[in-house]
Amino acid sequence: MELKGKVWRYGDNIDTDIIIAARYLNTFDPQELAKHCMFDLDESFARNVQAGDIMVGGKNFGCGSSREHAPVAIKACGVPVVIAASFARIFYRNGINIGLPLLEIGDDVEKIKAEDVLEVDTGTGEIRNLTTGDVFHAHPLPGFVQEIAQAGGLINYIKNK
Amino acid sequence: MGMNMSEKILARHAGLAEVEAGQLVICNLDVVLANDVTGPPSIKEFEKIGRPVFDNAKIALVPDHFQPAKDIKSAELAKIMRDFAHKHQIKHYFEQGRVGIEHVILPEKGIVGPGMLTIGADSHTCTYGAVNGFSTGVGTTDLAVAMATGKAWFKVPEAIKVELTGKKPADITGKDVILTLIGMIGVDGALYKSLEFAGEGVKELSMTDRLTIANMAIEAGAKNGIFPFDEVTKEYVEGRVEQPYEPVAPDADAKYVQTVNINLSELTPVVAFPHLPGNTKRVASLKEPVGIDQVVIGSCTNGRLEDLRIAAEVFKGHKVHEHVRCIVIPGSQWVYQQAMHEGLLDIFIDAGAVVSCPTCGPCLGGYMGILAAGEKCVSTTNRNFLGRMGEKTSEVYLAGPQTAAASAILGRIAEPKEVA
Repeated sequence: MELKGKVWRYGDNIDTDIIIAARYLNTFDPQELAKHCMFDLDESFARNVQAGDIMVGGKNFGCGSSREHAPVAIKACGVPVVIAASFARIFYRNGINIGLPLLEIGDDVEKIKAEDVLEVDTGTGEIRNLTTGDVFHAHPLPGFVQEIAQAGGLINYIKNK
Repeated sequence: MGMNMSEKILARHAGLAEVEAGQLVICNLDVVLANDVTGPPSIKEFEKIGRPVFDNAKIALVPDHFQPAKDIKSAELAKIMRDFAHKHQIKHYFEQGRVGIEHVILPEKGIVGPGMLTIGADSHTCTYGAVNGFSTGVGTTDLAVAMATGKAWFKVPEAIKVELTGKKPADITGKDVILTLIGMIGVDGALYKSLEFAGEGVKELSMTDRLTIANMAIEAGAKNGIFPFDEVTKEYVEGRVEQPYEPVAPDADAKYVQTVNINLSELTPVVAFPHLPGNTKRVASLKEPVGIDQVVIGSCTNGRLEDLRIAAEVFKGHKVHEHVRCIVIPGSQWVYQQAMHEGLLDIFIDAGAVVSCPTCGPCLGGYMGILAAGEKCVSTTNRNFLGRMGEKTSEVYLAGPQTAAASAILGRIAEPKEVA
C-alpha cells in the first residue's frame, strides 16, 4: 500500500494511557475513542489530524496497557501507518491484528521531524521523506505475520483459513 | 542445546521437542483471560468468527476494572460480559461480591499454575510467572481468536537472566526489587524478551514478592517474567491448582542474552518518580521532601494479604496525615475477609483510611481515587504515566506497601523506619 502524509512527531515511550486514557475506555466505539486520542500530551492532535497523516514516535512506542483501544483510536483518526524507532510488543501485535501497519526503523527515526511529508510503501517497508530527501527501510515483518497484515488483520485471516 | 523455562513451556504447548529464540510457534493455551474493559470488544470480534468457545472451563472473565459499575457505559460493558458468560456457561466468570482483581484471584483460586501457558487481554497477565507459568498480555483480537480456537501464535522470546543473590532485608519487598530492576535496565530494557529469575536469592522471596515482581515485568517491556519452581511454589500451588501441572526448570546450558545481577542485601526502599516506572530513586536519597495528597494501597501489584499485613504493621498506633487521603483496596474477597479476621481493616480504619471493595479503580484512573490537577499520590500500583490516575498535571510515585504506609502517616514520601 502506497501512502503519503504529513508527520505528527512524538518522542520516546509514548504509552497507551497517553494514546487513549482509561477514563475514555467505558466505550469501544472507534469514533468516540478517536476524539480523545493523545489528549493528555497533545490536545491539538484529535482536533487537527487529517485523514492520511502519519504518526511518528521514538523508542518503545505504545508501552503500557494491552488496550487495543489504543491502535484502534489512532486508526479511527485516519492515521494509516505508525512509524517508530521501536514498538512495545503488545501494541505491535495489536496493530498487526487490527490491520494498522507499524514500521520499525530504529535510529533513522531521528531524521523525521514534525510536519515533514512522507511517502510510505507498507508492502516493501520503504519510507521516503519528501521534505528532506532521506530514504529509510523498515525492518520486515516475520513469516505468517505478513499474511495476517495482508489479510487486513487477524479476524479476516482466521475467517479465510 | 539447552532451553530456558519460557522455551520449555512454549515448546511443550506447541507439541515440539525444542524451540529457540526467534522461532514462531502456534501454541495450545491452558487459560484465556479478559476483563470488563477488554472482554466486551473481544466478544464482539469473537462473534464475527462464528465458532463456539474452545473450552468453557479454560476461559476466565473478570469484571474488575470499572466494577461495581462506575457509570452507565461501564454497566453496559459488564452486561455484555455477563450475558456472554451465561450464554457460554463460562466456568470462571466472577460476579460482584465474588470477584477480585484478575491477577490476584487467578493465582489465589488456583486457575493458573506451574508450566501452564496463559494469555490475557490485560498487560499484567505476566503475573503468573510467579508460579512458574508462562503468561503474557495480548489485545482484544488475539483474545477473541483464542476464545474460539484455544491457540495463539508466539515469537519465542530471547531471555534475560536476573540473578538474585544475598539476604533480603526485613524492610524490603518485592516491589523494591522490581522497581530497582526496571531502574537498572529501563522501561524498554527487556523489550520483546523474557525475564527469568534465578539464583540463591529467589528463596528469600515470598510468593507475594514473586507475584509483585512478575506482575511488573511488562514495565521493563518484557513479554513475560518467570520464577523457578521451588519449595515456596510447591507450598503455594499444592491443593490449590485445579488443572494438572508440570513445573519447568532451566537446563544447565540454557541460553540467555544478558545477565543482570541484583544483591538483595544492598536494596533499600525505593520509589519511582513520574512519569516512568524506571525513574527509580532510593527514598533515603531524596534531598527535598516530596509532600503528597493521596496514598493508594492495593492493585494487582500489591493488593494481596501479605501486602496489607505489611502496611498495617506500619500503621499500627498511627494516623494518616491530616492532609492525606489514604485508600486501601484488598485485591480479592478472600483477602478482604482475611484482613478483617486478622484485624487489619480495624488498623486501617482507626488510622483514618478508606477501605474499599476489590477493584482496579484508581490504578488506571478509573474511579475510587482520581487525582485533581497538581496532586501527588504515592501508590503501590504499577504505572505512573502522564495522567494515569487523573488530571494530566497530577503525579504518581510508585512504591511498596511499607513505603506507601509510612508516606501516608508522614504526609511526604518516607521510609518505614522514619515512622517512630
